[in-house]
Amino acid sequence: MWEKIKDFSSGFFVTGEPMIYGADVAIVLVSLAIVYVLTRYKKWGWLWREWLTTVDHKKIGIMYIIAALLMLFRGGVDALLMRTQLALPNQHFLDSNHYNEIFTTHGTIMILFMAMPLMFGLFNIAVPLQIGARDVAYPFLNAVSFWMFFFGALLFNLSFVIGGSPNAGWLSYPPLSEIPYSSGPGQNFYVWGINISGIGSTATGINFLVTILKMRAPGMKLMKMPLFTWSVLASCILIIFTFPVFTATLAMLYIDRFLGGHFFTMTGAGNPMMYINLIWMWGHPEVYIVVLPAFGIFSEVVATFSKKKIFGYKSMVFSLILISVISYFTWAHHFFTMGAGADVNTFFAIATMAIAIPTGVKIFNWLFTMYKGRIEFSQPMLWTIGFIVCFVIGGATGVMLSIAPADYQYHNSYFLIAHFHNTLIGGVVFAYLAGLIYWWPKMFGFKLNDRLGKWAFWFWNIGFYVCFLPQYALGFMGMTRRLYTYGWDRGWAPLNFVSTIGAFLMGIGFIFQAVQIIYSIKHGEKDTTGDPWNGRTLEWSIPSPAPHYNFAVVPYAPEQDAWWEMKKKMQDPDYKKEKVELEPIHMPKNTGIPFIMSFFWFIAGFGFTFEWVWMIVVGLIGVAATMFARSFQYDDDYYIPVEEIKETESAMGRVV
Amino acid sequence: MIQKWLKWLKVLPAAIFAAMTLAGCENYVVLQPKGPVAKTEYDLIVFSAIVCLGIILVVFALLFYIIWRYRDKPDNKAPYQPEWDDNKTIEIIWWAIPIVICMILGYSTAKTTYALAKGTGFHDSDKQPVTIQATSLDWKWLFTYPDDKVASVNEVVIPAGVPVKFELTTDAPMNSFWVPSLGGQIYTMPGMSMGLYLKADKPGVYYGSGANFSGEGFAHMKFKVIAKPENEYKQWVAQVKKSSPALTEKGYETLSKPGLTDKAFYSSYPNGLFEKIVKKNGGDFYKMHHMDTYKTHPDFGKDSMKDENGGSDMNMDMSH
Amino acid sequence: MMSAITSQHDHHVEELESLKVTGFWIFLVTDCLIFGTLFATYAVLVNHIANGPSGKEIFELSGVTWETFILLTSSFTSGLAMLAMHKGNKKQIINWLIVTILLGMSFVGLEVREFAQMVDEGATISTSAFLTAFFTLVGTHGLHVSLGILWMIGLIIQLFQRGLNVKTKRKLTVIGLYWHFLDVVWIFIFTIVYLMGVM
Repeated sequence: MWEKIKDFSSGFFVTGEPMIYGADVAIVLVSLAIVYVLTRYKKWGWLWREWLTTVDHKKIGIMYIIAALLMLFRGGVDALLMRTQLALPNQHFLDSNHYNEIFTTHGTIMILFMAMPLMFGLFNIAVPLQIGARDVAYPFLNAVSFWMFFFGALLFNLSFVIGGSPNAGWLSYPPLSEIPYSSGPGQNFYVWGINISGIGSTATGINFLVTILKMRAPGMKLMKMPLFTWSVLASCILIIFTFPVFTATLAMLYIDRFLGGHFFTMTGAGNPMMYINLIWMWGHPEVYIVVLPAFGIFSEVVATFSKKKIFGYKSMVFSLILISVISYFTWAHHFFTMGAGADVNTFFAIATMAIAIPTGVKIFNWLFTMYKGRIEFSQPMLWTIGFIVCFVIGGATGVMLSIAPADYQYHNSYFLIAHFHNTLIGGVVFAYLAGLIYWWPKMFGFKLNDRLGKWAFWFWNIGFYVCFLPQYALGFMGMTRRLYTYGWDRGWAPLNFVSTIGAFLMGIGFIFQAVQIIYSIKHGEKDTTGDPWNGRTLEWSIPSPAPHYNFAVVPYAPEQDAWWEMKKKMQDPDYKKEKVELEPIHMPKNTGIPFIMSFFWFIAGFGFTFEWVWMIVVGLIGVAATMFARSFQYDDDYYIPVEEIKETESAMGRVV
Repeated sequence: MIQKWLKWLKVLPAAIFAAMTLAGCENYVVLQPKGPVAKTEYDLIVFSAIVCLGIILVVFALLFYIIWRYRDKPDNKAPYQPEWDDNKTIEIIWWAIPIVICMILGYSTAKTTYALAKGTGFHDSDKQPVTIQATSLDWKWLFTYPDDKVASVNEVVIPAGVPVKFELTTDAPMNSFWVPSLGGQIYTMPGMSMGLYLKADKPGVYYGSGANFSGEGFAHMKFKVIAKPENEYKQWVAQVKKSSPALTEKGYETLSKPGLTDKAFYSSYPNGLFEKIVKKNGGDFYKMHHMDTYKTHPDFGKDSMKDENGGSDMNMDMSH
Repeated sequence: MMSAITSQHDHHVEELESLKVTGFWIFLVTDCLIFGTLFATYAVLVNHIANGPSGKEIFELSGVTWETFILLTSSFTSGLAMLAMHKGNKKQIINWLIVTILLGMSFVGLEVREFAQMVDEGATISTSAFLTAFFTLVGTHGLHVSLGILWMIGLIIQLFQRGLNVKTKRKLTVIGLYWHFLDVVWIFIFTIVYLMGVM
């Protein structure tokens, strides 16, 4: 009996690595601490009522952001582990297998469990407020989206202590990811962690598309909406039209693994190249899914902190749409070297170059928004300027990569790694951090400390260049990506060493941000007006933090920069505030079903990962039962009485 | 306090520059082309880098000027026009300039892509190309020489100044064959035979590696490309034929098991080994959609297409 | 005053319900893309029969024709249920839904039998890439139909419990859309997989 348990455990739990044992201990201790704190302060009920069952987009947004920042920490630690191993040649800090698992989880986590949820968090925080809406179109589905992400990410993250992480790269190319070469549960964790979370992502795409198209405040025409909202609209269309491809493709990989299928195997006439095509048909639009909202954030920040209207609004909208459309025609640039022939390679090279055109136009529009403005170097503005410098370099190297024959030399080298980190960190991460700081007061009612934030910015900014500029050079020196070690013979050591220093500088930047958040909770400057930045869009017209119904009175907003225009009117000496009749506000009820259903998906996913059929059945029956319960749930809304609205508003210093 | 940090910042670029040059110029293999394919690619890389650098500098200049001139200082006399948000002329300029740049780069790209596909520079050579087959395994490279019937592992010897036609496949997960000094890489795929023409202008030893992650031993898939003058090449072949052991079917089976090996030479190898490997991994199903980066033009290297082992023309379908 | 609020509430509820139908249309776009991916993969792998049988050798058009007839008829009967909904006839709706469910179950039963026969003949999901693609594409459709049947059963129960109201009407509309969508997908399967497979 004891033997059986030992045997099972040694395969089930990851053994033999001191770092993993340390992680095991940390996980148990932290979990116990959380349980202790919740019990001691009698907060279980509060947790369930206020957070686990919420359908309030503002709270859902906060939960997304907390989860994403935790994932940023994990993905960042992965990065530091890798850079430590690569600082010098022939090191034994991480063996090959461990290193391979780490670069795989680093990529998967950063893109799918850090960038996407951080982005969805900002969607939730800002979009309904920007369009003058009281909620998203489908609040229940919104909660489902979050919990599916949460449990999918949880499943994926368990892999490093239970069963073993995937180790075939963040896109799991077959045949390497097929059973003959990856026989453990690692690849299954990959498929199910991502697919469960992916259902949530697709649902968010649908949710925000309908919200933006159907729930804008009266008077707000499409061509008058804030540019962040436009960018979210474009991103959602991309999500809807590409995530299903990803879901189906990973499911096919799982069918190969679980049922002995031959979609992408070397035997049975499978075709691995089909996987590569399908996965990049998703993969390329995916990077635009995350970068378009980044561009949207910059449009808001640049206009606000230059105290000037955004330059070329129509052009900006047009370029968003153009980028979205062209992004579907560029996927093969990820495998120019797979031998598709001159016709195919030339087409995709030119389409890829073409995408740089609307992107470049946006940069010029931001510059000319700042031109003849009055620029304030707030934290968000610093991140924006950092972005322009960083992203232009990344975009330029992207154009260099798009030149197919040149790519035959760059492909899969450190030149490529430097390019995509340039655009992902310089573009996406910088933007989301700027957005976080910008909308933080609206979420929590206080600002993040400026001084600590600026230290964080400089460490990130400088650390980035120290880490990644040497990697362009390493690409020219013939260094391939995904090497767990290298020798002294090619002269790669000095640049790798410098690159590692840069990575740690960025890590210090992150620590500054963690300290900044903790410090600001206690000492952050309170936002008493709801409009700490002298903003231009509707979210700044309501108190901070926003009341649960958002707007006591739905605004009439027919102009671009609606709040700015309203403020101008209010400064008019003849301005008379209109008397408004308050009405009861319709709100959705909290419900535990999203949490419970996602938990059953987690059970099923765990079963699928370890191929334990009984667990799969239990999990899926649970999913079906909760869906049924939801279908039979007719009492899912209520009205906030006018008295309560009046009380809430006056408690926040507003007279209605 | 800040001053101390700023001083430290000035040291950083110097440190990076030092690190870059410490590495030694000759290690920048992509920028030191040693053959016509690498040279063609190098020319394009330099051209595009110059164009892109130009764009970067223009944007930086604009950015730094603007944030300096229009910063929000109380005594700033620069004009402030908060409602100015439109100017058709400027917009036309900055739509037009990137379009023109893309047209220029696009034209160069198309030209070079087709030129490489047609094997420019290889037809007009008066030397008959040599064919060498490369198979990526877990985790080593097997080279078989159908013209000379010898084989080698983790080291390939080629005649300098002669076009070499590499035929590539894999009997392991997808990999990529990359000799940066001589030219760009191409994936090795199961069931497919990909063609890659390379030439070393001069004798020398060139670094090669696998370039598509294939598992635990991937980092060790390095190999040397040794280019010898033609007569020395022939001597080498004769030497190997005389003194090296044969690669048997069993020997190949052992070789293809996962693991690392030292370099090795074989005086012979089983007939049609390469073709068998391709067929085993689904070769029959790729006849219809054969793809080859370097061979889409109907006139490409016609005469050298015949496979001496009498294998089927599964990788030579010109009619598509 | 109460009636003003009530009618406003009803109007609001109607708006929310129609929003849900809109959302479902967009969900169908994503489902379409899932099937599209499976179709594309099938097309690429259709001749990758390895050492196994080809479509011509294993497809039995007679069974498939029955499946087609049954599914098309079920789509028609679900349409009749919708017509009954517009007439406000709860009993008729439930009857037509039951017919639809029975037809749907026959479809699934026939398909299960078809698959079992193939497996018996040695054509399994792990025989070749072609067969993996076939079973996945057609099986995914069958799974969708099965889920639709369960959904309809739940809806019938709700109709019994709550009768016809704004919400149940929306649910009927949505499941009608879903059922018709599956019918359209089947027409593509019938044509591309079976008809083209035996030609």
